[in-house]
Amino acid sequence: MSSAPPPLLAVTDLTVSFGPALPPVVDGLSFSIDAGQTLAIVGESGSGKTLTGRALMGILPRGAQVVRGRAQFRAGGEDSDLLSLPAAALRRLCGKRIGMIFQEPMSALSPLHTVGAQVAEVLELHSALPAAEIRARCLATFAEVGFPDPGRAFAAYPFELSGGLRQRAMIAMAVVAEPDLVIADEPTTALDVTTQAQVLDLLKSLQARRGMALMLITHDLGVVCAMADRVAVMRRGRLMEAGSVAAVIGAPGHAYTRALVAAAPQVAAQAAAATEAAAPAAAADAILAVSGLNKTYPPRRRGLFDRGRGAPVAAVRDVAFTLPRGSTLAVVGESGSGKTTVARMILRAERADPGARVAFRGRDGQMRDVLTLDGAALKAFRARVQMVFQDPYAALSPRMTVAEILTEPLAIHGRLSPHDRRDRAAALMRQVGLSPDHLARYPHAFSGGQRQRIAIARALALDPELLVCDEPTSALDVSVQAQVLDLFRALKDARGLSYLFISHNLPVVADMADQVAVMRAGRIVEQGPVAALFGNPVHPYTRALIAASPEPVLTRRLDLRLVAQGAGPPHDWPAPFGYRGDDAPPLTEVAPTHFVRMAA
Amino acid sequence: MILFVLRRIWAMVWTLAVVSVLVFVIVNLPPGDFLSNQIAQLRASGEAASVARAEFLMREFALDRPMWQQYLIWVGLWPGPGGFSGLLQGDLGWSFELNRPVSAVVGEALWLTVALNLFTVLFVYAVALPLGAIAAVRANTWIDYLATFVGYIGLATPNFLLALILYHYGAHWFGLPVGGLMSNAYLDQPMSIAKLGDILGHLIVPVIVIGTAGMAGMVRRLRANLLDELGKPYVTTALAKGVPPARAVLRYPLRMALNPFVADIGNLLPGLVSGSVLVSLVMGLQTIGPILLSALRSQDYFLSGFILMFVCFLTLVGMLVSDLLLAWLDPRIRYAGRDR
Repeated sequence: MSSAPPPLLAVTDLTVSFGPALPPVVDGLSFSIDAGQTLAIVGESGSGKTLTGRALMGILPRGAQVVRGRAQFRAGGEDSDLLSLPAAALRRLCGKRIGMIFQEPMSALSPLHTVGAQVAEVLELHSALPAAEIRARCLATFAEVGFPDPGRAFAAYPFELSGGLRQRAMIAMAVVAEPDLVIADEPTTALDVTTQAQVLDLLKSLQARRGMALMLITHDLGVVCAMADRVAVMRRGRLMEAGSVAAVIGAPGHAYTRALVAAAPQVAAQAAAATEAAAPAAAADAILAVSGLNKTYPPRRRGLFDRGRGAPVAAVRDVAFTLPRGSTLAVVGESGSGKTTVARMILRAERADPGARVAFRGRDGQMRDVLTLDGAALKAFRARVQMVFQDPYAALSPRMTVAEILTEPLAIHGRLSPHDRRDRAAALMRQVGLSPDHLARYPHAFSGGQRQRIAIARALALDPELLVCDEPTSALDVSVQAQVLDLFRALKDARGLSYLFISHNLPVVADMADQVAVMRAGRIVEQGPVAALFGNPVHPYTRALIAASPEPVLTRRLDLRLVAQGAGPPHDWPAPFGYRGDDAPPLTEVAPTHFVRMAA
Repeated sequence: MILFVLRRIWAMVWTLAVVSVLVFVIVNLPPGDFLSNQIAQLRASGEAASVARAEFLMREFALDRPMWQQYLIWVGLWPGPGGFSGLLQGDLGWSFELNRPVSAVVGEALWLTVALNLFTVLFVYAVALPLGAIAAVRANTWIDYLATFVGYIGLATPNFLLALILYHYGAHWFGLPVGGLMSNAYLDQPMSIAKLGDILGHLIVPVIVIGTAGMAGMVRRLRANLLDELGKPYVTTALAKGVPPARAVLRYPLRMALNPFVADIGNLLPGLVSGSVLVSLVMGLQTIGPILLSALRSQDYFLSGFILMFVCFLTLVGMLVSDLLLAWLDPRIRYAGRDR
């Protein structure tokens, strides 16, 4: 092994702390990256993985400082310790030899400068090239990262680009100076799955072409399996396990890694398991039946004398489904597919276009036409259908104690005496696995997972029959997500709840749902039982979603051909699926209870 | 962009029209204005000549017409006794109290007011911008505390007290002139280089006095805004590119923090005009502030009406300037009206 070249970056005993009296947030971390290699640093929130990347670039947040450690970086014939380099010398490396990609491209790019100006700045700082040459290099890089029209991208502002293109611009900024190492901090977490697959593929091909090393910071084991050569697992600032991906994911040695791998749900395994349990007495006793649901937003008016320019926006088109009592229907789709609007219309938070019908049949056997309810009947309906939101940080008032949050729905509906409400709140806390002793605390005292439990307890306070869950786990860590999903399952059995589950996360859906409806551009494109839909997907968009979804399975590589076929707009789909404008083909039954939107 | 400017100006014209109605109604609302009092006195005297004079005044100032006609005549959209002659035609009306045309009363004061406010705004921005930026970048260091201290003093000291102190020490140490906006020798003289220089010398102290409070508030706001922006991810991105810290601050977060700063121009102007009434009295400044005060007291309604209109106009111009600056600074605003 003595003939092996020294690694590109060798970090030893890196320790970062927010103050001498506080415990370190990164504690004695050591790892190395060879030239051209991909190292994934995996961990849940608070594991110190982001701070590790920042410490190397000398851009730690205010208050944090490197206590000790070395980071030997060998590139361009120089060998320097990134951690002890003077600020000016480190700045010469940052951007030139080391590029960085951030999670949220919208906020990581300045909204006031054109994309071109921001990318060109890297070359202005690190090279003596003339302006014309810099522009040419930028345009070439834009073309390389997949901008269809580099010239236009150069002059565009970040808010004019889609999320995927913004992240491509961010990548262009990181690689324009041809660095030896790119540090990517959750580069695809903010993107839709199909976009994520394309961006990951781009990173891989760039890396292969330029021979740069990649330090990939992520919480997603699926991304790790798709991208990395080696992996380092972090928890609470410490290195748990490191090694080749095959060794660490295939046969995890450390208990924490094992738990992490086990907590990550997988589409294939879940769908197979669902086959036996599938097919509950279909439509025999439907709690919710929706048909002809449409939502059209009027075109935006721009002034007093400017009416009706631009076309109306069709957010939801012709959605229909039936939810049998005690089962779970998942509505799957990417951002902008209309899935949340569907939920809001069913909850009467938004008005549906005329002609729609939403029939709700409670335990009392009484049929209600949800869209025409008003006054007391609407209030009573609301008690029967409750919602769990995506972001448990934003969904709980920071100024109310947990007890107030849990008793407020009871007070609004005038149920129980104040004293009994308090008992009820305590019971709810126990039910979601929290201690009733914490009722007097405020939400900020709880972690994300605990907050989501509180949000679920609030939704349960009125003893509803149907829970509408809008991306209930996408803001949570994997291991916490697994616990919350378990809670949902337990509640379903204990209380006979029915779920309308809205998500973009296919493994979670495969895990939770009995029935799945895939939405794209406002329409359901494929609908059926979990096993059929994931076992035998027919629609190109469903196939793209499944192909794009990264999973912690070593043998499975992202199939970009499938992604490319289905991820585009409806008019790019192959026949018989494609359509233009409002001229969509009907849902056709390809197998019993399995529907696909295609021309017969 | 041209369309944007035209739209803004169009909106401004409408606002001005609405404001003119409000001003007219408010100025005419309280009974017993200067002219009616005069007419009542003439009538009460019972002499034929006086009664005739009263009748003449009634007709001359269209008091015998309905209110809405009076308004339109004032604006210049309705033929008055002397044909179309209102604000639109440049006829500002007659000051009854001073017995001179309003344009003659207001004349020079108008331009001095504009100049005083312009210099004050420039002073506010020239001082607040660097001070606020430094206070934010070096937050919680001695320079931040110093800026904060100066700011609080500026906010807490009454203007007129500051005026007296500055006059005293300004005259003592720097030989600055005391009181007024020009030396007596130049009063009612045509504009000349020497007079201009004299006015500029007289402006120094009033500009500081009137501007200090606004400047102090702005330092606080800029500091808070910039502190927020400094923690944003795009600043980290810039640093990760290897941008030197000073350039990273100037190029990225400072430009973001400027938005509310620029939007303040419109709010600053009326505050300065009305806030400077007291100071103008104390310092003997020949601005429209004191004229407005006496006009309102004696209900000299052509005079007060015009001055109020003028202040509104100034505000709207300030708003327009700040809107245009914002659109120029921030592409998100520029493209807000455009199709995606």
